[in-house]
Formats: sequence, C-alpha cells, structure tokens
Amino acid sequence: MKAITTLALCASSALGTLFAAGSASAVEIEYWQYIFDARITAMDTLIANFEAANPGITVKQSTFPYADYRTKVAAAIPAGQGPDVVQLFYGWLNDYVAADLIQPLPTDVFPVERIEAEFFPMVQAMKIDGNYMALPTAVRSLALFYNTKLFAEAGITAPPATLDEMVSIAEKLTKKDGAGNITVEGITSGMTAQDHQWLREVLFRQFGAVPYTDDYRTVTYNTPEGAAALEFYTSLEQTMGVTSSTFMDEPQAAFKAGRAGMHIDGSFRIGALKDTRGLEWAVAELPAGPTGVQSNYASYWVNAITSKATGEKYDAAVKFMDYITSDEAMQVWLETVGELPAKPSAALTDANIADPVYGPFIKGLGYSHATIFADETGQRQVLVDAVSRIFLENQSPADALAIAAAAEQTLLDAYYAK
Amino acid sequence: MKLYRNLSISQKQVVWAWTFLALPVLFYVVIRFYPTLNAIVLSFQDWNLLGARTWVGLENYDRLIHDPVFWKVFKNTFIYLILGTPLSLLASFTIAYHLDKIRFLHGTLRALYFLPFLTSTVAMAWVWRWFYQPVPIGLFNNFIASMGFQQIAFLNSTTNALPAILLPAIWAGLGFQIIIFMAGLRAIPISYYEAARIDGVSSWTILREITVPLLKPTIVFLVVFSSISFLRIFDQVFNMTTNNPGGPLDSTKPLVLMIYQTAFTSYDMGYAAAQTVVLFSILLVVSLLQLRIMRDR
Repeated sequence: MKAITTLALCASSALGTLFAAGSASAVEIEYWQYIFDARITAMDTLIANFEAANPGITVKQSTFPYADYRTKVAAAIPAGQGPDVVQLFYGWLNDYVAADLIQPLPTDVFPVERIEAEFFPMVQAMKIDGNYMALPTAVRSLALFYNTKLFAEAGITAPPATLDEMVSIAEKLTKKDGAGNITVEGITSGMTAQDHQWLREVLFRQFGAVPYTDDYRTVTYNTPEGAAALEFYTSLEQTMGVTSSTFMDEPQAAFKAGRAGMHIDGSFRIGALKDTRGLEWAVAELPAGPTGVQSNYASYWVNAITSKATGEKYDAAVKFMDYITSDEAMQVWLETVGELPAKPSAALTDANIADPVYGPFIKGLGYSHATIFADETGQRQVLVDAVSRIFLENQSPADALAIAAAAEQTLLDAYYAK
Repeated sequence: MKLYRNLSISQKQVVWAWTFLALPVLFYVVIRFYPTLNAIVLSFQDWNLLGARTWVGLENYDRLIHDPVFWKVFKNTFIYLILGTPLSLLASFTIAYHLDKIRFLHGTLRALYFLPFLTSTVAMAWVWRWFYQPVPIGLFNNFIASMGFQQIAFLNSTTNALPAILLPAIWAGLGFQIIIFMAGLRAIPISYYEAARIDGVSSWTILREITVPLLKPTIVFLVVFSSISFLRIFDQVFNMTTNNPGGPLDSTKPLVLMIYQTAFTSYDMGYAAAQTVVLFSILLVVSLLQLRIMRDR
C-alpha cells in the first residue's frame, strides 16, 4: 500500500514539474464576460489578434449567463480562480473595488493624463482615488429610430431636430380606430425601457434642470424645470395622445412590428432591427430641447484586471488590457457588436460619423452623460413609479417628482453610507 | 470491529438503521438545514455578494418593519391567499362534484381540466399576458373593443392587475385540485348515499350532511397545499409583469418577488434573508396549523 502511495506521489510531482515547465514559456490568462453572442464573437477575434501579436500568451475566454455572472465572479476571485481580466457593467465598479476584487490599472501603461485626453469624458467615472480602475472598449448612447415607410406615407421628409418637431410629426403619424384606440403610435414610450434614461439625462437637462450633483450622490431634479420635463413626457400620452406606454407590451416590439413612427433606444438595438424583415428604418440624433440643448445618455461595460492576476499573469493581463482598449479593438467591437468606440479618435472617424446608422449615436456621444448609478434597478423604479402615479393615480408631475426625488435620495444615501 | 461484535442483535439493528439513514440525514443537513441556518444568520448581516459579511444585528428587521413596500407586499401576498384559496377550492369542488356524476366523455373532460396543470407556468403566464394586452394585440380587449365597449386596463391598473394575475394562477391549479377532490368523492362509501336516498333526503342535504363532512381530510389537505402555493406565488407575477416586476406601483408584488429583487437586482442579501425568514415563519405557522387541525380530526 505504502509503495503505491509513494509511486503515485512521485508520478504526480513529476507531472507537476512537467506542467510547471510548460507554463513557464507560455502564460495563460483567463477572460470572463457574460453570454451575448456578438460580444463573444468580437472577443474571439480580439483574442486571436492579440495572441498572434504576443506569442507566449494565450487568453482563455469563459462566458456565463448574465443571471449568474456576478455571483460567479464574486465566488471565484477570492478563491484564487476565475478571471485575470473581467468585464463589468460600469455601474457595478464601486462594489467590486470595495470588495478588493479588482486592482488599479498601472500608471506606466495607462497614465491618467493620457486616459483623460484620449477617452470620452464619461470614462472619468472609473477613476477612484486618483487611479483608473477599469476602462471600456465600447460605449452605448441613445438615438431616435424612425420608420421611413410611415414617414413617407405621411409626407414627412426629415426626422425631427427639436422636441416641438417631434411632437408635430408624432401627431401626423398616430393612427386611431373608431373608438379612439391607438393602432399606430407616433412615438413609442415606456419608462421601463430606455425612457427613464431619456428623462433623467436628456429631458431634465433640456428643460433646464440638472438631474444630479457632479458626483451623482445628490438628486437635484426636483425643481419647477424638472417638473416641466416630466410633464412634457407624460403629456405625450395624456394630452397629445401620440403614444401609449402599454401599446403592444414593449416599445421596441411596437417599432419592430412597424406600428410606431419613432422610437428612442440604444445602439444595442441596431442588431435586432437589422434582422427584422420588411421594416424600413433610419436613425437620427435625439431631438434638441426648447432652448436648443442637446443631451444624451451613455453607458458602457468596462474591462478590469482582477486581484487574482499576479506576476507574469499580471504582466500578460496588462498587455491584454492595453490591446482591448486600443483603437483597433474598438473598431472590431463596433463592426461586430454595434457598440461605439470609447475614444473620440476611434469613434469620430469620418467614415463612422458619415455612417447613416452609427453616425447619430456617435455624434450623441460628444454631448452625453453617464449616470453613476448606486442601484440602477432601484433608481429606475423610482422614475417608473413617478410616471405610474401620474397615469394611474392622477398625481401632478410636481408631486410625483418630489416623491421620486426623496425616494432616490434615500437609495443613494443608504448606498454611500456603507 | 470488536466493539461491533459485542453488540446485541437489537443494538446491531440500530447501528445498521443509522448506517442506512446516514445518507438522507447527510443530504438533509447539507442541502436543507445548512442553507436554512445560513439564511437565518445572514438576516442579521449586511452582504452584497462581493465583500465580507458584516454584522448589523437587527437592522434588517428594523428596516423591514419601517419599509412601506414590505407592508404593501405583505398585504398583496395575503390577498393572493385569501382570494385564491377559497375561489380555487370552490371552483374545483363544483367541477369535481359534477364531473363525478357524468359518464359521457368523463375521461376526456378530466384530462382537459388537468391539462393546464401540466403546462409550464412561464409559457402560460406569457400567453395570458398577451390575452390581457390593449388593442390591437390583446385578445380580450380586441373582443371588448369590437363589441363597442371601452378597453379594460387589465395589467396596467393598480386595482385590476392583481386579480388579472390571480385568475390564471387559479385556473392552472384547478386540474390538480379536481383530481384530488374526485379521489376523495370516490372514497365515500356508496351505501351512505343509498341509505340517504331511501330516507328521501334532498340532494342539497346529502351534499351538506354526507359529502362535505366526509371530504374533510381532502379539504384540509387542499387548503394547506393551495395556501402554501399562493403564499409562494412568483412565476405568474414575474412573467406577466417583467417590464415592471410586481407593478404597477407594487400593486401585484408578492413577498417572494420582493425577496428575489432585493437579493438579485439590488444585491442586498442580508435584507433579502430577513424577508425570507419572515416568509419562512408564515409558512411554518400555516404548516403547524395544518398538523393541529389534522390531529383534531
């Protein structure tokens, strides 16, 4: 018995040495993201390019369903397993930093001044205590999708440039049956889709309210201007009758079915609409406000180096991070996923700006704001409920907004008190 | 080994019994008791799934008592129970009682009633969600509108949404309850009915004096079973209101959905655990009441 054990020990240690020798010449690092086909394909392309340029480093991509993602990352890294480079939603960063799961980007490869000069300003949300913790490959913004067939039928030649034009076009496009029920919407609406972002970062600002203080820890939209913005939004359904928030279950479904003239959505919607047969659509920038103010909401997923990466794996991870935040990687991401480059130098190329589909989104990036969420779902719910109270309980926009502001402030205070 | 040899036969039997029991005991300890105890411990802690757990004492429970959403949700959960259990029992008993009396197509009808129980709740919830949509896609509203009436806001209403979600939940559970009721009805000796008929008693009296009292064990079982399922309602609500889960304005949100959201969208695990402990206590009380009633019999 003892002899067998000794033999087994010898064999395993010999094997161990063999593998150790093997890994000395080739470093393997692991990359994690959630399952989304286009993103996986794009990352496969990037990994192939990276490995060709850096012989001796291999990158293994692991993907998980979105629902399990956070739990898996949290369990794996402290256990010394899991990713060396990980993709996270920008709104989650604080939690990951507080839990020591990710480490700051080294300033020799990623100098703070260079990041701030090269990336869109919204990336500054990734700076904690003077260090950048993570960087995006791509960003998303909002734009106005419109149905060109319905526009042509109504004799409208150009998409709206202002909110007033948007309303008058929506009125022309709306069709109703004999009983006054909407059968074709002028513009889609739904706070549970992208409208809460449109209201928060676009309409509030266009009507003269500032939604939050610069650090996004204090709610400041509870002003007469903020109430005017909310009133404008709810009047689209309540008084102008050009939209219905419950129409066809989801705003994007109505637009996809050709039953809505206009639809505000993110660049991530492009892929799904491209595959819809019989739908003729185009994209325009979000309409400007009453005083000509343009605004947009941007969000992004970032890549970060985890605290698990040390030694040669850390060096490899830094190189990989450097590559996936390069202009080349951003262009690959744009072409494969449809998400926009995170640097003006890659985004604002003549070809991209002139692109009829990506162009309006990219122009929107120039004047966009990225909300720093403490609890995105909770903060969304606050505005969803405000609109519900106006529609279902006849509350005035000013009262609804006051309640929303107080509720959101409570959420923010609870989060930052920790 | 020697120790075992010295045991008496009955002692050896005990040893073997525990050897065989060890596996299920181990299973229960690891799969059931450990997570349950862990959840109770977690309810006194603060944890966002990522960092360390920190003790906060009774803070989570204190927050729960002062959370208006929790009380709203608590009320909703009991509305699901108070409306759902009697309605579903009444409907299933009526159907079972009459189904028991017919011979023609008996098997087919029984199968048809049982069919919804076999259907996936998610698929069923989405089909009903489509039924409830406004014009031009909703089945019910298209019909109502074609008759010239005003549309009904089924799901987008703080008053209609809960009953609208409860209805398919009741409908889906009917098949199971009908089968159990029919088994109970069949188990009543036919001689009681014959004796009653010889005495010339009305069928209403037969129902009241013979059928219902003798069905008591069946009714108790179904009351407890359906109470627990209505207290734990989640799938129907979540799938019919995914855009605004438990909405509008939390009017349809049951406790389980609140737990899910607190845990997996707000990542506030300690607070979610405190809610879970409350749900656990409610279910425990319901189960203990069941044992009590069964013993009285």
